[in-house]
Amino acid sequence: MTSVLSIDRVSKLYSSSLGGGPVPALRQVSFGISAGEVVTLIGESGSGKTTLGRIVLRLASATSGRVTFDGQDISAFSGPRLREYYRHVQGVFQDPFSSYNPIYRADRVFELVRSSYFGNLPPPQWQDKIEAALHAVALNPGDVLGRYPHQLSGGQQQRLLIARALLLNIRLLVADEIISMLDASTRVDILNLLVGLKRSGLAILFITHDLSLGHYVSDRTVILRRGAIVEMGDTVEVFGNPRHPYTRDLLAAVPELHKKWRRPADKAETGHGDLPARDDVLASGEGTPAGNAADGRPAAPSVPPRRARWSARTPLPVRALVPPPLISVGPGHLVAEDLA
Amino acid sequence: MSVKVDHLSVAYRTRSGDVCPVDDVSFPVADGEIMGLAGESGSGKSTLGTSLIYLDARMKHLGGLVELDGGKLPIADSRAMRPHRMTDVSLIPQYAMSALNPTRKIRRLISDLLRSHGVREREVMTELRRRIALVGLDEGVLDRYPFELSGGMRQRVTLLISTLLNPSLLIADEVTSALDVSTQRAVGELLIEFRDRGFVKSMIAITHDLSILAQVADSIVIMYAGRLAEKASTRVVIDAPLHPYTQLLLASLPEVGVLYDQSALVGIPGRPPSLADPPEGCRFRARCPFAFDRCTTTPPFEEVAPGHYVACWKAVPA
Repeated sequence: MTSVLSIDRVSKLYSSSLGGGPVPALRQVSFGISAGEVVTLIGESGSGKTTLGRIVLRLASATSGRVTFDGQDISAFSGPRLREYYRHVQGVFQDPFSSYNPIYRADRVFELVRSSYFGNLPPPQWQDKIEAALHAVALNPGDVLGRYPHQLSGGQQQRLLIARALLLNIRLLVADEIISMLDASTRVDILNLLVGLKRSGLAILFITHDLSLGHYVSDRTVILRRGAIVEMGDTVEVFGNPRHPYTRDLLAAVPELHKKWRRPADKAETGHGDLPARDDVLASGEGTPAGNAADGRPAAPSVPPRRARWSARTPLPVRALVPPPLISVGPGHLVAEDLA
Repeated sequence: MSVKVDHLSVAYRTRSGDVCPVDDVSFPVADGEIMGLAGESGSGKSTLGTSLIYLDARMKHLGGLVELDGGKLPIADSRAMRPHRMTDVSLIPQYAMSALNPTRKIRRLISDLLRSHGVREREVMTELRRRIALVGLDEGVLDRYPFELSGGMRQRVTLLISTLLNPSLLIADEVTSALDVSTQRAVGELLIEFRDRGFVKSMIAITHDLSILAQVADSIVIMYAGRLAEKASTRVVIDAPLHPYTQLLLASLPEVGVLYDQSALVGIPGRPPSLADPPEGCRFRARCPFAFDRCTTTPPFEEVAPGHYVACWKAVPA
């Protein structure tokens, strides 16, 4: 299947105002998304997942590499071409509350779409279109139209934003942490809504830090760490047979209802169960003269001080801009070669 | 009994009358117990937690008692509460780690706080250093500004500050929510460790995330629309819940390993009722698949098995 969107060796450097050279947010990331496919991008804070979503939405530009939509480089789009791009590609973000202007009614987001794209559509047809979009996200028009944002629940606000995207003829939805702020009982409905949209052919880039949510909706999973892919492949493979230690560490830290985290005592035996706070421990060492990330927690005294890894804030060495190459470990299952 | 909340009701004053997010709530927290308090947004869980330490100008104590270590906690009287705060009851409010004053170094934040409670910095400095190491931080954090720290580091700092005077009760509101999984786990384990080391006697951990509570809590209270729905040990709530709301809530949680085409999870249809005008009887009945005519009268929060309390007519032996 050909990809609707393909991301080809995309890197992004942010210049740091605190000195210390450019900070790489993305390092040569490549993958594609096909129609009717949900690709989940999983990463911790600072992994670059949101930056990648912003580049796809043209809210940020890549320092190098290409993002192509239907084979066309999106960075070349401007004016009417860019507007046309947004007819096909839309984003929904984490915080629905801040996506609305609190002094206007919530459905103003629809009006803005209308003035940009459907200026010539007669009002009755526009009304039908809105109702169809609201219906698609399981909202009752009477419940939401004409209301102010504060009168709507978080789930309703988020659905309204998805409905807004559906008004356009979208083929790719970038969903950046769209359910993190919702309650458990409404989360699943939004997830199931995404599944329905995917079945009707929409490509979805689902960005999250929550592994269980990511697992539930996705066909393929891409795991990012410090801006580079550490592992990617079929979701069942990546979760069921994780090959990179980082992926395993992430999975081990997920709180599950029916399985307790291994207690510190068990961790010492197994070598790499003890993963909490690696970045933090390092970050705390970063400014001290010793610069050494000693583990001060008495709970696991047998664990030797960890090898220095990058903290989320220290600039990467220049050679690290080229991430470890990905090697194939199964059909479509790629793992970073560093394996550490 | 370390903490005893007895028929507590707290309201918010609004222009359209009182809204009561904590309605006749009773529960004990034993010494050494970490009690999880879970519920959806608007269920009143944060109001309940906050009301045990500070009632702001919008909040009104409608009735009920709070006892701590055998003494009455004067929650309605903000002045009288002052000596109890931080020493007896301490709160980590929601988003606390994002609310640290960005213009003050951590050291200054701590000394300001100690001074306002009449404690000399020198007296606790050794202990503070010890605890900084315990939570896996470096003493250098004291000379950092909050924005120089990562989320996990800031959350550890708020945990340190709020427990520095060894309160009997710590109320931790969504302390693991904005963190990455590995950091979340580290902070969760610290909560347990602080209890084990006796820095706090007992704890109320408020969160919307039941899977975190499954890891850290000894018991779980489920709150719905201002009332308690169920309370039991963590195992019982997770494995054998009796209240339909608890059951549906658990069924809506995706776990790693669950994929949409293998088992479609379902949400709970409908929305919680408005607390400005709550319905008569059980507040969950409009969304409850098991509702019957008796549900129009309020079910009591009754002990159906030792330590297992449920407010549901279906669960109470007739």
